[in-house]
Amino acid sequence: MELRKNYFADVRKDGLHEIGQPRPRLDSPGHVTGKTAYFADRNFPGMLHLKMVRSPHHHARIRSIDTSEAEKHPGVARVLTAKDVPHNVYTILILIQIGPEDETVLADGKVRWKGEAVVAVLAETERAAQEAAAKVKVDYEVLPAVFDMEEALKPGAPLVNEHHGQNYYLYDSGECRKVRFGDVEAGFAMADHILEQSYQSSPIEHAPTETTGCVVAPEGNDRFTCYTNTQAMFFTLDNTSIILQMPGSKLHFVGGTVGGGFGGKVDVIVEPIAILAAKLTGRPVSFIYSREEEMQVSSPRAAEKVVIKDGVMKDGRIVARKVTGYTDAGAYSRHSPYGAQKGAAHYPGPYTIPNVWIDTYCVYTNRTPSSAMRGFGVTIGDFALEVQMDKLARLIGMDPLEFRFINAYRDGDMKAHRQPTEGAALIECMQEASRAANWPVAEKYMAMSSYRKGA
Amino acid sequence: MAKVPVQFTLNGSEKAEFVESGTTLLHALRDKIGDTSPKGGCHQGTCGACSVIIDGELRLSCLTLAETCNGTDIKTTAGLAEGGVLHPLQRAFLDAFATQCGFCTPGMIMAAKVLLDRTPNPSREEVIEALSGNICRCTGYEPIIQAVLTAARANSQNAA
Repeated sequence: MELRKNYFADVRKDGLHEIGQPRPRLDSPGHVTGKTAYFADRNFPGMLHLKMVRSPHHHARIRSIDTSEAEKHPGVARVLTAKDVPHNVYTILILIQIGPEDETVLADGKVRWKGEAVVAVLAETERAAQEAAAKVKVDYEVLPAVFDMEEALKPGAPLVNEHHGQNYYLYDSGECRKVRFGDVEAGFAMADHILEQSYQSSPIEHAPTETTGCVVAPEGNDRFTCYTNTQAMFFTLDNTSIILQMPGSKLHFVGGTVGGGFGGKVDVIVEPIAILAAKLTGRPVSFIYSREEEMQVSSPRAAEKVVIKDGVMKDGRIVARKVTGYTDAGAYSRHSPYGAQKGAAHYPGPYTIPNVWIDTYCVYTNRTPSSAMRGFGVTIGDFALEVQMDKLARLIGMDPLEFRFINAYRDGDMKAHRQPTEGAALIECMQEASRAANWPVAEKYMAMSSYRKGA
Repeated sequence: MAKVPVQFTLNGSEKAEFVESGTTLLHALRDKIGDTSPKGGCHQGTCGACSVIIDGELRLSCLTLAETCNGTDIKTTAGLAEGGVLHPLQRAFLDAFATQCGFCTPGMIMAAKVLLDRTPNPSREEVIEALSGNICRCTGYEPIIQAVLTAARANSQNAA
């Protein structure tokens, strides 16, 4: 590894003793010897296995649920429905006052996406649980469903989630998150060229090698130890406490060892129902997603649509940018209202643009609820923005890298969401990229600086 | 359900268990015997995390029935270090930063071991081919390939 010390040399204290030096990872010896303990490596005598009965419909009313045959199946210890869950309607971000509670642990009267959890079956073996789950009879009245964000926002679209009352998340700013900076229409009026383009992405599954799950052991004193691969330990503990109406002191979470997460293990899905099952049966409980559940049921990255309209001058300056972003939350909020909000702050990109208008919508559809994944709210936006930057450069006949130097944000520039830029390094990154990729730019750009005035 | 007796050698020691007919070797190793080094990633033979060595052959323990392993010699990553000294493959995986989440690592090491046992000096292409049944979703394939090549070089130097 090569450490370039010429960048920021005059403002950096040069005490970099660790950077550029290999250091052994503390967890690797456990990994290479097979000794690292993942949650599923815990096994307890008398452990029950939980299998979920899931909705086969995208949107349906539940007329009735009959668990009698499942309860009689050999090896079944307990069958759980909505009425067994103390606080069944929840939402993860209520911990930071982002409501309303809009999702059920077990479906109550309605299902809003294909794969939604309806009934939990606990049995001595995975096989018995699976067989008994197949014997649960749910009578559904299928309802019209909506899968497209723009369709969902039209008047008369099927209402996905009654807890919201409309098919978008209602922010304190209204139907979308808004950023207003300068006068975007004046910017378009003065622009030499205007380019409006639309970009779309599909949901993306994290597909970790280790599927989502947990193992719960009752400690015998009304306290429960939950071994889990959650990426959000305290979020999970606090939400479990709310859902089970149980003080946090009764819950002992053990985790931190995750067999691949990538954001896919930040929702609170398996732990509350498994702990409830352990409480009601007095026995250890294992709830592990099958590979099929991991691919079909766990939250993916949200589908997004990004519409960008830019006004650009012949000399390369972007003078106006208007962005409308749509984030497909699926049937429930989970982390998507936050993801869409991140997008609102991010859409100008790492560029200084004097006139900006941004609207981002978090939209509800009858699709699998989406949630976090590596840079969610930003990653798809970056794809759209950078493709747009290349198109703009082509439009005015300019080198795409030089075009970015002209618009790059620098220390002291005011961003559209009113945060002054600090610690920018885009110019320097592009200078190094220009060298590394052998993509030369004019000398004046190689002399620029993110922080030195006049340079 | 009827139980079936199974006896095999696991990492040099004799094991005897009664299993339900149809029990996978993965289940028997992890939940009956307590060797949790093979991992269950897909339970359908596609990810390679459950790989073990049976009589010198690389096998997916999630698709192998325990009752078919009578009298076999089974090796897992948990038994690779001898007397607390890491196997050259384990050493190389450590030194090359070839682990991230670690879930695929025991299976990767098994696949690599079978390769090096047969082909002590593999080409890069042979390493890639040998690891092609093992998925790393942290996508750290390059350090893993380098680790296997490094272990092969260490082996051949020791032999020389």
